[in-house]
Formats: sequence, C-alpha cells, structure tokens
Amino acid sequence: MSAVRVLVGTRKGAFILTSDGKREKWDIAGPHFAGWEIYHVKGSPADPDRLYASQTSSWFGQVVQRSNDGGKTWEPVGNKFEYDGVPGTHQWYDGTARPWEFKRVWHFEPSLNDPDTVYAGVEDAALFRTTDGGQNWQELSGLREHKTGSSWQPGAGGMCLNTILLDPKNTERMFVAISAAGAFRSDDSGKTWRPINQGLRSEYIPDPTAEVGHCVHRIAMHPSRPDVLFMQKHWDVMRSDNGGDKWQEVSGNLPTDFGFPIDVHAHEPATIYVVPIKSDSEHFVPEAKLRVYRSRTGGNEWEAMTKGLPQSDCYVNVLRDAMAVDSLDSCGIYFGTTGGQVYASSDAGDSWKPIVRDLPAVLSVEVQTLA
Amino acid sequence: MIRVVLPAHLRTLARINGELELAVEGAATARSVVDALEACYPTLRGTIRDNVTQKRRPYIRFFACEKDLSHDSPDSPLPEAVAAGSEPFLIVGAIAGG
Repeated sequence: MSAVRVLVGTRKGAFILTSDGKREKWDIAGPHFAGWEIYHVKGSPADPDRLYASQTSSWFGQVVQRSNDGGKTWEPVGNKFEYDGVPGTHQWYDGTARPWEFKRVWHFEPSLNDPDTVYAGVEDAALFRTTDGGQNWQELSGLREHKTGSSWQPGAGGMCLNTILLDPKNTERMFVAISAAGAFRSDDSGKTWRPINQGLRSEYIPDPTAEVGHCVHRIAMHPSRPDVLFMQKHWDVMRSDNGGDKWQEVSGNLPTDFGFPIDVHAHEPATIYVVPIKSDSEHFVPEAKLRVYRSRTGGNEWEAMTKGLPQSDCYVNVLRDAMAVDSLDSCGIYFGTTGGQVYASSDAGDSWKPIVRDLPAVLSVEVQTLA
Repeated sequence: MIRVVLPAHLRTLARINGELELAVEGAATARSVVDALEACYPTLRGTIRDNVTQKRRPYIRFFACEKDLSHDSPDSPLPEAVAAGSEPFLIVGAIAGG
C-alpha cells in the first residue's frame, strides 16, 4: 500500500510525518537536530530513503545531514562550501561592493537519477554540487561569474539561491532563482547561465524591466511540461511557456499577488497553487484569512480554497519552500506556516486539515510518495 | 591533557557527553586546541571556525580562568592552568535571547 512521508524543516529542528495512502492519521517524529534552523530537507527521487537536510545556526554555521533510512538515523557529511577561485564582490544593501561570503544552504535538489548527486542553493547566491553523497561540494561557478553577478544584491532575507529545477526531459537544462537577482537557465549542465527575466516588471528597482535585480521567490514546473514555468515573484505571479525566454503576468483575480510559494498539481500540469500574502511589509495573509488560491487554467483565473483553513484572526506567513504536493491518485497538497501548522489536503485543495500544529515556525515542507 | 568544554549543541553534534580531554601537540593555543578537537571530531569542522577562512565564528567565545580570550591571537599561549589541565578551556556560544 502506498504511503506518504512529509519532511518539515523549522526554526528549531526537523520533523518527519508519515501516513498511509489514506492520509488521515499521521505519525510525527522529531525534532531532529533540535534547536537548529533546518532550512530544507529533501529526499532523492532515485532512492527515497536517502535524505539530505540543511542544518544551520547563527552560532555554529552550516552542517549537512544525510540519512540512508528515510530519516530514522542521520550522519553529518561535508559542510565545506568554498567559492571557486577569487569570489569577487556583489552589491550590498548600501550599494557598496561586498565580497561573496557563504552563509547557509537554503535548498537541496537531489539528482533525478543518482542519490549521491545533489545540487545546493546557497546564500550568498551560488550553486554547489556533490557527486559523492555530500562528502565534498564543488561550486558551479559559471552562475556566480555571470557578467551581471557583481550587480546582484540581497533581498531583506539575504541573497539566497532558493530554487533549483532540473528538467526531466533534457538532462543538460536546469533553472535557478535568486533573491534578488532573478531567474537563470543553463543548457549545458550548469557550466554557463543566462538570465531569463524578460517580461518581469519590478517597481522596486531603478529600471523595472532590467535584465537582473528581480526578487524571484519561487519557480515551479510540471515534469510533463518542463518548458512551462510558474513564478511567484516578490509581487506578481508569472508564467512562461518557453522555458523562461519570456514571462507574462497571470495574477488575475488574486486578492494580492505578493507571496512566496507556488506549486503545480501532480497530475494536472495547468493546475497551480499560491498563498497570497498581504504585502512585502505585512508578511501575513490578507483579511486575516488563510486561503490557498488554485488556478486550473495555469493562472489568471483563481479560486479561493478555504474549507478547513482559519478564516478569522489568522496572521501567519507561508515561506517559499514550505509547499509541496504528493503524487497519489487524488493529489495531496501540503504547506507549513510560520505559526507552526502543517496543513494538508488530500483532495487537490478542496478541503484542508492540520496534520500537525504548534511546531516551531515552518521553513520548508517536502513530500515523498512511497510505494 | 587539555580539558575542553563545548556548547550543548556541539556536544550533541559530536555525540560527546560532558567535558573532553585532548592531547595537543606543541604549545597549547586556541588554534592547536581547536585543531586537535577537529582532528578527533571531524563533524565539528566549520562549527567553531569558518571552514574556509579558519576565523573564529562571531558568536563563539573562548573563555578560560575567568578571562575572555576570544580576541587574543589564536597563536597566543593559553594560561598555564589550561596547559596543565587544572582549568578547562571553555568554548561558549554567545548569549542571545528573543
């Protein structure tokens, strides 16, 4: 019988929630790495028992944890993220040049077919890769060394590489997103990169349509249509039908188009989900109502999903890596809040219930569908 | 032998209970003690000193004999009482609330 494993990273540890395919009763294990910030936990598509966790601390820096048994036991692996060559500088908040400095791993993206190969998106923005299960990490420096790199600057949350998408139909193609530089694409396995931000408009930068400088919170794709990308930008929900060559706004009737996560239904490539947030200075849901918005048309036309979600006095946020979907026949949608709840829907968003409450603030949610 | 006390989170990470005793080659300095510590417990690499620059992390402090040695040169000799093993070398996570 199928099962689901939900990997939750929080401000104070990791939690692993498991259920059978009915998704009604959940076992909760954790906290793992109690007291540490767990930015992300993700499993290998090639070996679901191989997990990687980003364990970080302002005091003690970065630790990378690996599990070979689905999260029951863990072992620290390599944590040396050294930029390739002389790192150079990027822009700081005050416009001065600041040397690149590793701070933490925001996101792990395991290879689609090799459990020992993993990509890591880090702050200050760069892409690293391991091919030995996390023991050693090498930078794919063609991204950071793009001619625009010296002009990248951090958003308020830091200059993070927050999204990595691997094209399942073209092994040489990958996408990344950086706050606040924008989206980038490589067509040669990460050696060289080009910005793919045409069509984005960001009023918070001097040239709203500049080649780089856009604060991209998240991009998502459906594996059956890797040329169709969806983006939650700082403001604006966007869509590209040509691998990022050109974007168009699809915010449509959303109550606000600010937000962090965006995800795609497992079986319906045009069905997408966002969680509108009131504004970039009021990081909570509008009208004190927690609503997931679903579009079955790839954007523009949105419907509010509210059943089972708090519709009064709610002031939580949902961060960029804190939404995921399972691939059971009736697609499950999951998201975690800064209030410590993880909500799940086993009917593609029609209804919701909390599968755990009162965790530390949730930073990331990933889901594994197990045979 | 040099006695070393670690913050709780690093004891958990390295799977250590209580105080450590380390054999240190040459003069006892902050650098030689942390070198010996990392050699015995590789999982601690990067948690006390930056993995690349080898600088002490900003929120880590080195105390001994009721003195803050954090800003001394990492190659300064530690107090004799630490070198002799009668006083521990304290690696401390800076206090922070909120």
